[in-house]
Amino acid sequence: MSKKQKTYYEMAMEKGYSRRDFMKFSAMMAALLGLESSSIGQVAKALETKTRIPVIWLHGQECTCCSESFIRSSHPLVADILLDKISLDYTETLMAPAGHQAEKSLQDTITNYKGKYVLAVEGSIPVNNNGIYCCIGGKTFEQIVEEAAKDAYAVLAWGNCASAGCVQAAKPNPTGATPIYKMISGKPIINVQGCPPIAEVMAGVLVHILTFGSIPELDRLRRPKAFYSRRVHDTCYRRPNFDAGLFVQSFDDENAKRGFCLYKMGCKGPVTYNACGVMEWNNGTSFPIKSGHPCIGCSEAGFWDNGPFYRHLSDFPGFGIESTADKVGLGLGIVTGVGLTAHAITTNVRKRKLIQKDKRQPKTEKSNES
Amino acid sequence: MDPTTLVSKDRLYPVYVWQLPVRFYHWINALSIVVLAITGYVIGDPPAIQSATEAAFSYWFGTIRIIHFIAAYVFFFNFIIRIYWGFAGNRFADWRNFIPYTKKHWSDMWDVVKVDIFQVVSKENPRLGHNALASFTYFLTFLAFLVQVLTGFGLYSAMSASWLASLFTWVPPLFGGDLTLRYIHHLFMWFFILFAVVHVYLVFYHDYIERNGVTSSMIGGWKFQEEGKVEGEKELEK
Ligand code: SF4
Ligand code: SF4
Repeated sequence: MSKKQKTYYEMAMEKGYSRRDFMKFSAMMAALLGLESSSIGQVAKALETKTRIPVIWLHGQECTCCSESFIRSSHPLVADILLDKISLDYTETLMAPAGHQAEKSLQDTITNYKGKYVLAVEGSIPVNNNGIYCCIGGKTFEQIVEEAAKDAYAVLAWGNCASAGCVQAAKPNPTGATPIYKMISGKPIINVQGCPPIAEVMAGVLVHILTFGSIPELDRLRRPKAFYSRRVHDTCYRRPNFDAGLFVQSFDDENAKRGFCLYKMGCKGPVTYNACGVMEWNNGTSFPIKSGHPCIGCSEAGFWDNGPFYRHLSDFPGFGIESTADKVGLGLGIVTGVGLTAHAITTNVRKRKLIQKDKRQPKTEKSNES
Repeated sequence: MDPTTLVSKDRLYPVYVWQLPVRFYHWINALSIVVLAITGYVIGDPPAIQSATEAAFSYWFGTIRIIHFIAAYVFFFNFIIRIYWGFAGNRFADWRNFIPYTKKHWSDMWDVVKVDIFQVVSKENPRLGHNALASFTYFLTFLAFLVQVLTGFGLYSAMSASWLASLFTWVPPLFGGDLTLRYIHHLFMWFFILFAVVHVYLVFYHDYIERNGVTSSMIGGWKFQEEGKVEGEKELEK
């Protein structure tokens, strides 16, 4: 750890990239962050002069899809320098050391870079039964995260697992899977949502921290505004079909061939905040809606429990699988109708005297009145 | 022959119950809820149209949504005015009618349940304004209004830059996101539909049994009560 730290630029050169590659990468990052073109220089300068951010990348209850997404970033430099170098400090999946050595390098990073390193957490923390569902090196994941977060500059919660618990937190959540923000306090926490998050979004957040030395602007759910301020629906290229009321009815109908809106196929785009429609996936090749599949809302908390994926309205709890709120509502409407009819009948029977008596009154009571 | 004697042995005493703002509120509210429920249902489950048109030539779904949003604004401000009138209006419009914070209100409610639902024949005279149970039900609807306003404008805040909508940006995080918000918003629509059915039925029922002109009272403002039995008659006479 004592040897001189290299800058990102130096590392890129060592890897055999040209300056041109490097500048292109800086421009791409600036664009992803939504910066003006005048800021490209700022990004390039930061990458040129600043030494890498020490990163501890922990893996808890997860499937490693965030890592998978990250190393498939559209620019090879992302994987090569951001991931390769930053994650050298400690990451269970990709680091070189093992066993006690690995645990030592974790401790070294924490002590050598106190308050400077970024803690990236992939996966949720199980808390039931004292957290025994995820133990590494004899410690529960909860303990590991707490220790590592104590001296971190900031905590990055990668993906839906770390941000909201994802599938393992779906009902009935047997292991008590808990997102990071509920366990850690006193540190800035950035929720990089998605299952997985888009690689360029992950890289963008890191580049922002590097360039500006600060946390990107976050929304109320701790998501970076640059990437999560708009709904998939707002940037969806099928949106004109939505407004025109042209909907796909089934995956093999004429409307599907015409590329109509997938709303009636259960598209969660209107309630999902993510950058898919803009950045797309796999080097900007496509995204689910573009390939004809509705958005399942993977960057929203509780998207597993708000299923089914192919219906826009969720099931109504407690009434079986096929019950939507509409069916329950209609049922209640019928019950109400029957109740009111019964009431109308009993009214006429039980209050007949009242009704009859009054009708006779003009004749019988006339004498009294005068 | 005095026409009033045709109606009842006692003279009917007209009382001005619903002031103009209350009547306006009622009908604007009713209309906007009908529009909101219909457009809302269509937004939740749009009809299927097989069509070969291009999206550029049609905007009907967008129009439905705009109508929904405009009706929502009407509904919202109308309700604000009604809240104001709960402090400025007459004793029948007063906000205190709606919140059952006294023992008397609860026992009155029980009486209404006995008379109107269990159909016990009562000697008591019906209350002139809202009956105890009705006013409590309206209190519940006000809470439902609140839920719909919060969830509706919460959802709307993502697609609007208006200051009013941006007052509600804190709502989605509270519910964990738009997914849940949308669900609650849809669920409560059914409350309004069921309320409307029961409400209209009961108005007709009361007109039939009590014959105090409750149906037309929401148009003209007058209700009728037998003389000598009007609560607060003395003050009204002044
Ligand atoms: S496909 Fe989904 S995201 Fe795209 S316009 Fe339709 S509902 Fe919105
Ligand atoms: S389109 Fe929706 S479900 Fe698909 S990746 Fe994007 S946010 Fe996730």
